[in-house]
Amino acid sequence: MSTLNIPQTSLVVLVGISGSGKSSFAAEHFGAFEVLSSDYFRGLVGNDPSDQSVTAAAFDALNYVAGKRLAAGLLTVVDATSLQPGDRKKLVDLAKSHDTLAVALVLDTPLRTCLERNEKRGLDQVPAAVIDRQHRQLRKHLRGIRREGFARVHIIEPDTDVSQVTIHRHKLLNDFRDHTGPFDVIGDVHGCLDELQRLLQKLGYTLRFDSRGRAVDASHDEARRAIFVGDLVDRGPDSAGVLRLVMGMVRAGHALAVPGNHEDKLVRALRGRKVTLNHGLGETLEQLAAEGEQFQREVERFCDSLVSHMVLDDGRLVVAHAGLLEEYQGRASQRVRAFALYGQVTGEVDEYGLPIRYPWANDYRGQAAVLYGHTPVTEVEWVNNTACLDTGCVFGGTLSAMRYPEREIVQVAAAEQYCEPARPLEPVGGPARADHVMDMKDVTGPLVLKADGLGTVKIGEAQAAGALETISRFATDPRWLRYLPPTMSPCESSKLPDYLEHPAEAFDYFRKQGVAQVICQEKHMGSRAVLLLAKNPERFAAPDGWLGALHTRTGRPFLEHAAEQKLLRGAHAAAERAGLFRELASDWVILDGELLPWSLKAQELITGTYASVGAAASTATDAALSVLRRAEANGLEVAELLERTSARAQNAKAFRESYRRYVGSPDELSFAAFQILASEEQSHETRSHDWHMSWGQRLHEADDTLFTSTRNRVVTVEDEQEVAAAVRWWDELTAAGGEGIVVKPLENLVKGKRGWVQPGLKVRGREYLRLIYGPDYLEPGNLDRLRERATDRKRQRALQEYLLGLQALRLTASGASLWQVHQYVFGVLALESEPLDPRL
Amino acid sequence: MLITITLEPDSGHDLDATVLSHLLRKHPGKAQSFQLPVGTVHVFYPAYGPRRCTAALLLEVDPVGLVRSKRFRGEAGVLDHYINDRPYAASSLLSVALGKVMRSAMSGQSESHPELATAPLPLKLAVPVISTRADADGDLVRRLFEPLGWHIESSPIELDENYPQWGASHYRSLELTGNVPLHLALRQLYVLMPVLDDAKHYWVGDDEAAKLVRQGEGWLADHPERELIAHRYLAHQRDLVEVARGLGTSGTSEVSEAVTEATDQNNPAVPLRIMRAEAVLGALHETNSHSVVDVGCGPGALLRRLQKDGFFTRIVGTDVSGRALERAAADLHLAERSDADRERLQLLHSSAVYRDERLRGFDAIVLMEVIEHLDPERLPALVDSIFGYSQPRTVLVTTPNAEFNALYPRLASGTMRHDDHRFEWNRDEFRRWAENVAMEHGYAVDYRSIGNEHEQLGPATQMAIFRKVAA
Repeated sequence: MSTLNIPQTSLVVLVGISGSGKSSFAAEHFGAFEVLSSDYFRGLVGNDPSDQSVTAAAFDALNYVAGKRLAAGLLTVVDATSLQPGDRKKLVDLAKSHDTLAVALVLDTPLRTCLERNEKRGLDQVPAAVIDRQHRQLRKHLRGIRREGFARVHIIEPDTDVSQVTIHRHKLLNDFRDHTGPFDVIGDVHGCLDELQRLLQKLGYTLRFDSRGRAVDASHDEARRAIFVGDLVDRGPDSAGVLRLVMGMVRAGHALAVPGNHEDKLVRALRGRKVTLNHGLGETLEQLAAEGEQFQREVERFCDSLVSHMVLDDGRLVVAHAGLLEEYQGRASQRVRAFALYGQVTGEVDEYGLPIRYPWANDYRGQAAVLYGHTPVTEVEWVNNTACLDTGCVFGGTLSAMRYPEREIVQVAAAEQYCEPARPLEPVGGPARADHVMDMKDVTGPLVLKADGLGTVKIGEAQAAGALETISRFATDPRWLRYLPPTMSPCESSKLPDYLEHPAEAFDYFRKQGVAQVICQEKHMGSRAVLLLAKNPERFAAPDGWLGALHTRTGRPFLEHAAEQKLLRGAHAAAERAGLFRELASDWVILDGELLPWSLKAQELITGTYASVGAAASTATDAALSVLRRAEANGLEVAELLERTSARAQNAKAFRESYRRYVGSPDELSFAAFQILASEEQSHETRSHDWHMSWGQRLHEADDTLFTSTRNRVVTVEDEQEVAAAVRWWDELTAAGGEGIVVKPLENLVKGKRGWVQPGLKVRGREYLRLIYGPDYLEPGNLDRLRERATDRKRQRALQEYLLGLQALRLTASGASLWQVHQYVFGVLALESEPLDPRL
Repeated sequence: MLITITLEPDSGHDLDATVLSHLLRKHPGKAQSFQLPVGTVHVFYPAYGPRRCTAALLLEVDPVGLVRSKRFRGEAGVLDHYINDRPYAASSLLSVALGKVMRSAMSGQSESHPELATAPLPLKLAVPVISTRADADGDLVRRLFEPLGWHIESSPIELDENYPQWGASHYRSLELTGNVPLHLALRQLYVLMPVLDDAKHYWVGDDEAAKLVRQGEGWLADHPERELIAHRYLAHQRDLVEVARGLGTSGTSEVSEAVTEATDQNNPAVPLRIMRAEAVLGALHETNSHSVVDVGCGPGALLRRLQKDGFFTRIVGTDVSGRALERAAADLHLAERSDADRERLQLLHSSAVYRDERLRGFDAIVLMEVIEHLDPERLPALVDSIFGYSQPRTVLVTTPNAEFNALYPRLASGTMRHDDHRFEWNRDEFRRWAENVAMEHGYAVDYRSIGNEHEQLGPATQMAIFRKVAA
């Protein structure tokens, strides 16, 4: 039995003449979707698998599909004769363009067997002469096939029993996914043995020395392993000593290593290639020469054995010397290796005459954390989930390690400056880096936005496009747009006569979801608002003197600059007095709330729509009543019409009363805080609403003009008495002109029987709803029809927006890059760009 | 929604007022109802006697049906709200009802009283609430009805008596008294109610032009405002709907900006926007920019000029508004163009405050009247994406010169030319910004004047030409 090894992700090119058994072989050893057969594609594009005239189109389609599969990292088998070197080259190029290895699998089946099989094909027979010619072609090029760029060539010789062949798919050399750590990833050492030993000790490793007192290994009690990001050698005082220690650790399984450009060059030098002995290579070679030939050979073998990069911890961590683009991770090709070892340069040179490096980390959007070195930086800093660990030890900086998964940085200072840098150390990510710079790619759909542990939300292309103008031209600056609240669904329509909404339905919903306790909060007659208070503008890349921001639920600023400043100053003072910053141990906080009065944002709506309609309605119904009364006095039978008109006149008056409650002066500005959304290192969605309400109350006590308190009560939904009392409370509240209530799970973020539970349901008052459904909505004929409203989509969207918002808060709290936060905030806006019944 | 029609002959006149019921062909003894798609129309007589006879036409609109019905919602979705004045204010809905219920009276025919059907009669028409949204200066009611021989009593309706500071609503009461033939009186109401209202209505039929001709017969041809009437009556269904669809909320502002700038009395015959486009074109030639991005291209006014000029080999228009791009695509007839043409001119949905790799590698980027539409704190992001990232050889920026605003008579002092402008800079402010940008990103900058130039106040529009300095 013979076993053929092929890499787990590769392009497998079957080579064989008609009747050689390629298709049956492929069917036996590979999955149905893995095999792309040229015959099948001829069928797809031309309806006939044997129609040679559509060959060009068939291969176009086949290559396209193969490309998509390779891009997705899927093993792909091309089942075509692939007898010509030119045909194979195209496939090898395809694999290379996706940084995937190509494998040739040649079925050198005896000609006679092929001819016999062909005869059994009936109508689909290929002329024998053709098969004969194919066989000659195969034979002619068979020897050269190993030079065609395939990573591996397997030839199944004519005398092989094909049924005995098995295929083994092996992992790529860079695949360390099953190594889950914990790791200590160590930056560029450059021959700084003393610093390396001190760093390892600081990290908790125990060094082992040989009889001559030279460090030859280091191990950690808690089974931690070191990972070296390359550039172990050159420039520093003892490259040989560093190699001895690292090689020992790797050999003993205490460390992993990827090569740096200096190791790459060292191998070439050790192999006697002609290289320029600069950047400390000459000294290294001298040190190695002093160690003797055997050591030199070990070093050569070791450095040569290193794989360009490693993908670790189930794909969550990538280590490469110069960093690695997302599309190169876990791939194998010349350019992947070149990028991993040397990085990419822009082609320009800086004022020191050195090449300017392409700041790839600024554009990095991958899920895997990338740890790398290569470019000396002043300090270790996370940029888009990447961190450079080369803190220029050899230049007198520090030697740095990143503990993974803890993401803690451990450093030792260099004992001295061993080498003069050619240019000053760069800030992370190169000089062009600016954290608040964003790219169209961040906001172009389709976007798949993952909220950790909560779910994934997909944003379609049209949804994203629909929000671009709002976010660009109307929203406040993304630096301080860190959250948008989700839309809120109403409860189901009530079945009670005379009610469209009633608390019973909201309690029902939460009962069905298995939520035991809810909190009912008074719904303020204002506008949903998000308030960010920050004591340290730098945290939000804001200018000096900046205090925070206040924006609407679509991200628009509420107030003119001066008015906003005034409110922010007041809010800061109150928050300080209430102890908010102190108790949260944070110098910033984001609050969710309602800004009053509503007329502040909606004055235009009130005069332009509500008051206008009210004026027209009152005048028109009064006029109609008067002519109808005269007609009735004249003996006409208009009683019914008169009654209806009279009801409308009453409704018109009630309607005017409803909007008049919302008219307030901008001087009466106040904020009802009902949630503390996030603060430094924390988001607070899992804290009970009791906790949040108590903060609302404390802020109110600290400044009772600026902060309004929110009346609320906790209800156990299974307790009929409590429920009845809550309904009475709602009745009183709304009868007195209140807008309604919002019912939320007391525990806050909770998972119910069918996924995440709505964060809140609104139950609006009877009179308030006139402003939504019109003055006459309670008239029986109208109410029945209005009850038919679809809340499902509204709820689905509310949840999606809720999850996106939570992730935006978590990212903000953890200090993630602005573009990441922005994507989630933008996502909420994008979901809102699709119209839904605006009355829900 | 209500109209009353009263026939009240002078004492001494021997006309029996009850003849009105014959002319209207509506029975005086009972209230009659008619079901129409818009709702139910009731016709009855609050007064019925030989000296005075009043017919009332009352339309009960079904407000829920109006919103829920696709038929009435219209394409612009103007009725997609339960809170609207359609059930109360006289507008096109009432015209529709009038046209259906009073058809024979409006035709001027009567079997029983043929001589009275077209004779001038002492009529009084009263509309308690009429929408006069289109009446900007409060004079339109008079201009429309006085030439037709009506004496007008009309007063504005207060928005809310509890808030007198809010002033008047755009509704008025209207009472017309005159000696006018009944059929003409009804036709006039039919046409002029929608004219007084604005776009917020719908049309049931599709041949509105023919209806206008029919209902305008006998009075419209000699009306001094006939052009305005025809334009408004028809505009609602074509132009305005298109404006609303193509430009979204900024539609009317574009018009207002054009109007503002057109009122510059010093301005020569060529409108400023044309001079602006020509100046930009000239600068592009001068800087030898063959491949150009027009950032914030809007509906494509500049693109059209670039496209016609063979000098430009690659043209891209970008805008943050998808609707503007749709409009540009339609106006440039992109759908009908050859592959080569479409290769040469492309439209991209993009925002200037985000980096966009598709905009790299061009000779020039044009920001014509764009920066003032962004909040000042977002400008650094625009500068980063255009100057820092796309880095074309040339960048052209035009923006209004705020000093020049003093010369626009219609512009109140301290206000801006366009209600979406977030700022307007004077020459000094613009230059300070431009110098900074140039220094920071390695450009050299010089300035041009566009439009009329005032000795002290400078030009109407200012332009900066940034040229990349070789590294």
